Amino acid sequence: MEQSIFQYDFIIKGLLGAVFASITAGLAGTYIVSRRMVFLSGGITHASFGGIGIGYFIGINPVIGAAVFGILSALGVEYLSVRHKIREDSAIGILWAFGMAIGIIFIYLTPGYSPNLMSYLFGSILTVSNADIAALGIMSVVLILYFLIFYRAILYISFDESYARTYSSYVDIFKYITTSLMALTIVLNIRMAGVVLVLSLMTIPPNIAMIFTRVYFRIVLWSVVAGFVGTAAGYIISYSAGIPVGATIIFTLVIIWVIAKGISQVLIKMRGRDGVKKF
Amino acid sequence: MESLSASYGGSLVLENVNFYVQEHDFIGVIGPNGGGKTTLLKIILGLLKPVGGTLTFNNELLNSNSIGYLPQISTGDLNYPVTAMDIVLSGLMIRKKVISRMTSEDKRKASTVIEELGIKDLARSPLSELSGGQLQRVFLGRALIGNPRLLLLDEPGNFVDSTFENDFYEKLKELNSRMAILMVSHDVGTISQHIKSFACVNRNLHYHPSHEITNDDLLAYGCPIQLITHGEVPHTVLKLHN
Repeated sequence: MEQSIFQYDFIIKGLLGAVFASITAGLAGTYIVSRRMVFLSGGITHASFGGIGIGYFIGINPVIGAAVFGILSALGVEYLSVRHKIREDSAIGILWAFGMAIGIIFIYLTPGYSPNLMSYLFGSILTVSNADIAALGIMSVVLILYFLIFYRAILYISFDESYARTYSSYVDIFKYITTSLMALTIVLNIRMAGVVLVLSLMTIPPNIAMIFTRVYFRIVLWSVVAGFVGTAAGYIISYSAGIPVGATIIFTLVIIWVIAKGISQVLIKMRGRDGVKKF
Repeated sequence: MESLSASYGGSLVLENVNFYVQEHDFIGVIGPNGGGKTTLLKIILGLLKPVGGTLTFNNELLNSNSIGYLPQISTGDLNYPVTAMDIVLSGLMIRKKVISRMTSEDKRKASTVIEELGIKDLARSPLSELSGGQLQRVFLGRALIGNPRLLLLDEPGNFVDSTFENDFYEKLKELNSRMAILMVSHDVGTISQHIKSFACVNRNLHYHPSHEITNDDLLAYGCPIQLITHGEVPHTVLKLHN
C-alpha cells in the first residue's frame, strides 16, 4: 500500500514536472533558438552552477543561489554585448568555466556534507521537491502571461533590434527582462535535466517544431507538445528501465527530432519541396 | 532642420546643418563615407540627439509618427521565424508602444499595403522563403503601413534584385505624390534619374533644389563626390571634362 502511494505521488510529480518543463522550455527555447542565443544560454546554465555551490556552502536553497548567478550572468553578457565592450563569445566562454569552477570549489568546501553532485549535473526526479514543481508552475504562468502581453514587442525586438530602436526606447529593458526570464527558466529546469543537459531541453523542441513551421507562435506551440511527449516518455522509460531521467529525456527528444526529420524528408521526396509546407 | 549639429564619439560629425524638407520633395542625400549621411538619418529617426538645432518638417516640428523608414537590408535576421505579414505589421509598433495587440483593423491595413505592393500571395510566407526583391517590398510595406508623410530610404540600391529596381523606383515616384522622400545613396548615377533635389553631406550640408550638380557647386564646398548631370543618359563628369 505504501509502495503504491509513493508510486502515485511519483507519477503526479513526474507528470506535472513534464507539463511545466515543456511549457517553460517551449517558450524560453523558441526565444533562445530564434535569437541565436544557444551558446549564451549554455554559459548561463553553467555559470549558475557556481550559485549552486555557494548555496550549499552558506546553507541556503541551491536553486536560489543558481537563480542569482544565472540572472546576473545573463544580464552581464547582454550588457557587455550592448556596449560592445568585449567579444560576446569569449565572455560566455569565460563565464561558463568560471561558474563551474566556483561551484565545484564551494561544494568541496562545504563541511560535513557531500551533496549529490550528479543530481545537479545530470538531473534526477528523486531530488525534485514539491516546491521545485510549484516554482516551475508559477514560472509557466509568468512566461505565458509575459509572452501573451508583449508578444509583438518581443517578436520584433528579437527580429530587428536596430529597427525597433527607431520606434521604441524600451528595447534594452525588454532584452534585459526577457533574458532574465530565460535564465530563471533554465535554472528552474536544472532540477529536471541537470546543468549539463538542460540546454537540450530548451533547444531540441523548437528545432523539432522548426522542421514543420517557421511562424513564431506555432514554433512555441509545437515545442511545448514535442517537449511534453519527450519529457513524459523519458520519465516512463527512465522509471521502468531504472536509468537516469535527464539523460533519458534528452535521448528521447533527439529520437523524436530524428523521426520528425525523417518524416519531412519522406514527404519532400513524395510531394516535392512543397511537401512540407513551412506555413 | 535648423542650425543642427551632431557629434559622435566626441567628434563633430555634422555642423550647423540647415535643411528644409518640403512636402512632395524627393531628396537624394549623397556624400562621402564618413561624411555624416548615416548620422543625419539617425537624427531624423530620433536615434541620436543633436547637440544643437531643431528638426522641422514642412515648418512643423518633426514627429517620429510621420516617418516611414526603409533600412539597409542587413539589419534583421532573415532566418527569423516571422511572416511577411508580421513584418509589415511591425511598422505600426510606433503607435503601439509597449503593450501591443494587433487588431483586425491593423491586419486589414497591412493587407491593403501588401496588396498594393503586389505581394499578396506572400503574406503568410516566412521571411526565409522570400527573394531579395520580395524582401524589399515587405520592408517597404513596413515603412508605408503607418501612412508616413516622410519616407526615409537608406541605400535602397543594396537590395540585390535588379529586376525589381525599375518597379521600385516607379513605385517611389507614385508614393512621392503622397509623401516626401529622402533617399540616402552612394549610387549617384541611378538616383539622379529619380530625385527632384539633392543634398550633399560632408560635415556641412548643402541643399540643391535641383537634381543637377554643376562644377561650381563642387568648387563651393569641395565635396569629394563624382559629378552627375541629368540628361538622356546619366553620366559622370570628371573635373577636366569639357
